Amino acid sequence: MPVRYKLKEFLFETIIRASGLASIIAVGLIFFFLLKEGTLLFQTQTLGDFLLGKKWYPISEPPGFGILPLILGSLLVTLGAAIISIPLGIACAVYIAEVAPPRIKEILKSGVELLAAIPSVVLGFIGIVTVVPWIKSTFDVPTGLTAFAGSFILAFMAMPTVVSIAEDALHSVPKIYKEGAYALGATQWQTIYRVVLPAAASGIVAAVMLGIGRVVGETMAVMMVTGNSASMPKGIFYPVRTLTATVAAEMGETVQGSDHYFSLFAIGIVLFVITFAVNMTADVFIHRRRK
Amino acid sequence: MTALSPKITQRVAFSLLLASAVTVILPVVVVILVIVKNGLAAISWEFLTTMPRSGMREGGIFPAIVGTFCLVAGAIVFALPLGLCAAIYLSEYARQGMLSRVVRLAIVNLAGVPSVVFGLFGLALFVDFFRFGASILAGSLTLGVMILPVIITSSREALDAVPKSFREVSLSLGATKLQTIKHAVLPHALPGILTGTILGIGRAAGETAPILFTVAAFYLPRLPQSVFDQAMALPYHLYVLSTQVPNVGVPIRYGTALVLLTIVLLMNLAAVTIRSHFRAKKKW
Repeated sequence: MPVRYKLKEFLFETIIRASGLASIIAVGLIFFFLLKEGTLLFQTQTLGDFLLGKKWYPISEPPGFGILPLILGSLLVTLGAAIISIPLGIACAVYIAEVAPPRIKEILKSGVELLAAIPSVVLGFIGIVTVVPWIKSTFDVPTGLTAFAGSFILAFMAMPTVVSIAEDALHSVPKIYKEGAYALGATQWQTIYRVVLPAAASGIVAAVMLGIGRVVGETMAVMMVTGNSASMPKGIFYPVRTLTATVAAEMGETVQGSDHYFSLFAIGIVLFVITFAVNMTADVFIHRRRK
Repeated sequence: MTALSPKITQRVAFSLLLASAVTVILPVVVVILVIVKNGLAAISWEFLTTMPRSGMREGGIFPAIVGTFCLVAGAIVFALPLGLCAAIYLSEYARQGMLSRVVRLAIVNLAGVPSVVFGLFGLALFVDFFRFGASILAGSLTLGVMILPVIITSSREALDAVPKSFREVSLSLGATKLQTIKHAVLPHALPGILTGTILGIGRAAGETAPILFTVAAFYLPRLPQSVFDQAMALPYHLYVLSTQVPNVGVPIRYGTALVLLTIVLLMNLAAVTIRSHFRAKKKW
């Protein structure tokens, strides 16, 4: 083979091998740049004051950079979304994987795909014009822009993740498990409930975790419907502010190089660490199932 | 309490499961109905092709459409070659081992990074460190990094689905590994790669948080002149219209939402169509 060809081949293979590392480099760069800017906050603030402080007054004098209200806001909204989406999402996955006739199954699967495709800002907009007024009138509260509105919208944003991963988990249960149960005289429902669900448990746990990861990181829809009040959350029917919404809402108004600017990157570190931990743990669960 | 017969229990359980499944996809129907019903009235040639006027309360959304188009094009130009090469590495070169496991975990984590964190990353790296400023270039690169996992994952699946015998035949005829990939593997994986790319386009067109601090202009009634210009974008425009500007006419909001939703759903429809078309035609 001519040397020219060999050289060309070598060049392309080098490019391909280097690109293989692209995702590692991207994750590394994201973490590095969050740390680079975010840790500068701790020249003037302590980690304890940041994570456990109850006052988020980034532009007052003296400023307060306590993100506890924001953490609790995220927690409250996430908890509400989880309560709605976990049972519904798992039930939907069971129906698609075990019960639905082929035609219905295809329709439902495309429906779930479409749900995943709707942009977050469109769901937020629909939330403002439908869910928010509904909450205001139904529950007789001063404003519909509440933690509950956020939970409600986010539940549906978590659904595609929960449904598709739980469905995968249900599909990968070996057929002989079911055949064994039928042979013992179990009905289809008894088989699903007693055999298939327990066998798919670890994959379903992973589905739930990834759904929650999605909810914690969601930004636009939650910023548009939760009312953006950065004080300690008083309850599900009060306005709250999540970690993500704080970054998105305030970054435009900060002065670059100020403590406020660094504090938003520090919130970014918190978000990155949470979602990283969720994804790693979920991956362990998915792999346990395959063994 | 007397126990229900297993048959009745099953019937009740299945009805509940069906009800849950319907509830899950109900928002899709509601969103499409509400937006199409209220938005259609706003859509006109003028709305699509003129500049916004009077502080966005009148006029069209032309610069936002153009901005989104530029951002998506930029993101694909960056992410497709890189993602495709990464997928080729994973499918054709990488051995099962520590490295390929770390790469897989990195992809999973990259896919899970919150969209607003991508925004922070783009601000720190592209806007500040590389000094691109808030620009189409910075926004495109940020969106490109964000859709990288979508493109890598779907391209890899498409490459993995090409039968091993195709490669063996090509290699046995004396082709090099690169020639084999180019002539015997890639052409058969093309529909899958295309599907992933289109899904990536849909995702990039709809995201708001990553472009907030890297490119998006609140109100800029002219077209971008270069990649170093700021630009308006459809999702950010919808956010601004629905929360930041008081007294915007209802049709303008719904119209903007309808245009954005149409673009995103058309992309998904195209991806699904290509996928099912080629799945049916596949000969192996």
